[in-house]
Amino acid sequence: MVEPNKPSEDPGGGVPAQAPPVGATSGAPAEYPPASPAGRGMFGIHGSGDTSGFGGLVRRRVQPAGTPQPYGGYFDDVYDALTVAYPGIEDAIEKVVVDRGELTLHIKPERIVDVCRTMRDSEGLRFELCSSVSGVDYLGADERRLHVVYQLTSMTYRRWVRLEVAVDADHPRVPSVTQVYPTADWQERETYDFFGVVFEGHPNLTRILMPDDWEGFPQRKDYPLGGVPVEYKGAEIPPPDKRRSYQ
Amino acid sequence: MTTTSGYATERETTEGKVFNVTGGDWDTVVGGTDPIQDERIVVNMGPQHPSTHGVLRLVLELEGETVREARVVVGYLHTGIEKSLEFRNWVQGSTFVTRMDYLSPIFNETAYALAVEKLLGIEDQITERANTIRVLMMELNRISSHLVWLATTGMELGAISMMLYGFREREYILEIFEMVSGLRMNMAYVRPGGVAQDVPDEAIVKIREFLAMMPKKLKEYEALLSGQPIWHQRTKDVAVLDVTGCLALGITGPVLRSAGLPWDLRKTMPYCGYETYEFDVPTTPTGDVWGRYLVRMAEMRESLKIVEQALDRLRPGPIMVADKKIAWPAQLAIGVDGMGNSLEHVAKIMGQSMESLIHHFKLVTEGFRVPPGQVYVGIESPRGELGVHAVSDGGTRPYRVHYREPSFVNLQAIPAMAEGGLIADVIAGGASLDPVMGGCDR
Repeated sequence: MVEPNKPSEDPGGGVPAQAPPVGATSGAPAEYPPASPAGRGMFGIHGSGDTSGFGGLVRRRVQPAGTPQPYGGYFDDVYDALTVAYPGIEDAIEKVVVDRGELTLHIKPERIVDVCRTMRDSEGLRFELCSSVSGVDYLGADERRLHVVYQLTSMTYRRWVRLEVAVDADHPRVPSVTQVYPTADWQERETYDFFGVVFEGHPNLTRILMPDDWEGFPQRKDYPLGGVPVEYKGAEIPPPDKRRSYQ
Repeated sequence: MTTTSGYATERETTEGKVFNVTGGDWDTVVGGTDPIQDERIVVNMGPQHPSTHGVLRLVLELEGETVREARVVVGYLHTGIEKSLEFRNWVQGSTFVTRMDYLSPIFNETAYALAVEKLLGIEDQITERANTIRVLMMELNRISSHLVWLATTGMELGAISMMLYGFREREYILEIFEMVSGLRMNMAYVRPGGVAQDVPDEAIVKIREFLAMMPKKLKEYEALLSGQPIWHQRTKDVAVLDVTGCLALGITGPVLRSAGLPWDLRKTMPYCGYETYEFDVPTTPTGDVWGRYLVRMAEMRESLKIVEQALDRLRPGPIMVADKKIAWPAQLAIGVDGMGNSLEHVAKIMGQSMESLIHHFKLVTEGFRVPPGQVYVGIESPRGELGVHAVSDGGTRPYRVHYREPSFVNLQAIPAMAEGGLIADVIAGGASLDPVMGGCDR
């Protein structure tokens, strides 16, 4: 006989055990249906009935195709000037994408510094300002899932060009462009902080916005939202993706 | 008698030790004992310090009062907005981004809306009235942001009354914002596709009153500060950064213009129809705090000019794109209990049309889909280039949104401005960058 005041030794206290949740903790897409009825939660939902997003998001796999020449607008001028100023640019460029009136040059990671220097110094290019450096994690869409995006501005010609490099998550190493654009200093630190891309040659590659002792890289797609339990007045609230209501 | 280099000769008397320093080589004496010569102290300023503009932390290595090394530490206000955005739909994004740089919410929203519209390919469908209202609100916001800059900088450099005046006039603008959007700050007023609701007539009257009042107030500020010797000494030739330094460090906005380069995205790469407005881009050649003060004062006057033109060309018309899928979330009305769904809309979906109810439900819970791709949009915020890099995977939620925050990028200039100067000038230099930590840390 169970004594009324003694807590049950059975974990869960008599609540029926659930099958391990599918997609919730692993970040796996919810398009794979749960294996057992118990995994479908209270309403037996297939796919993602979750509109909050905490239960794992469905990710589409889209990779833009390269654009053939001519690119139109000033993009041809930029590309031609780059060809003249940087012999062998064809080897450094993986693909050229023109989309929504914007030019994106996909560059091999090891050549990014040379390309940036040419973009900055060459007469016909003159991209004096590096507006933005940031990262994107194309988990599941690209084998080299971590992309670093450089937004360059030419004040002389009033042009915008985007450079993009891709590295895989096991060896996320990209040469730092701080020698060419000192403004990339903090922005590369931010990209390292959130995506774990290591910028080789950066003078001081440390975390910048997250605490110094933080584990993991929060903006990667396999890092859940929240992700850390919250303690308040002795009670611990699990991170959203671990709560039962989202499983 | 003993002689040690650097020390005066001494002898014992009944009254104690007596030093005889006459005839010594004073350079040697002072050089050997000067405590400042080899003593550097590290001073931690912030993150809770009234003069560091929010939770900014500076670690300064000082030699006497001279700053030898300055390190900037940020991240105390990091809220993970960019990550949170990825878990909400595209429309809900404007509610997040408006909370980044809390002094210029309209700019955050507009940059986001322009990026989403570019992804959707509906830039041409944005109505003229919506664009005019955006310009109107942005320029009012620019004035209010510059007023806070003037107020806080005034306070930090010893002009307390400036703080009171600046916040007093900003309050007036916030009242206009409240009339237009229902909220004083963080309005989420500019939405992808247009703006949330139309400008009421009372607000137009109030803006006209503001236009009549503000030039006088600006003269008052200048009467208070421009001729004042303390203000001159605290700002002139302080925290100088030339164009080369600005470009290398990526500094844009009033700081770049104070160094003499008239780079203003409203002129150089126009958006929202700025090319049709008449205004000047003020610059100064000095590149110091004084120049930044002059530039910002002149920019407020230019903004007033733009607001006036925008009011004159405000014609009746739709404020949202015609596409109901994108326009829905802005179909709001002000009820007795504040702002919410318009009652007519609720009556229709609940009483008349099952189809409407289904569409409403899907659009509210899921949102509209945005074709895959990536775009970058840069606009001129009060602090410089505010860029949005938005990536869509074709779904109803942003795949990635990155803000190129001018506060974040500009703060990199603090070591360049402060090192070699006096510690008091660190405050002036830092304030002249006008950093907003909510934007910097996001």
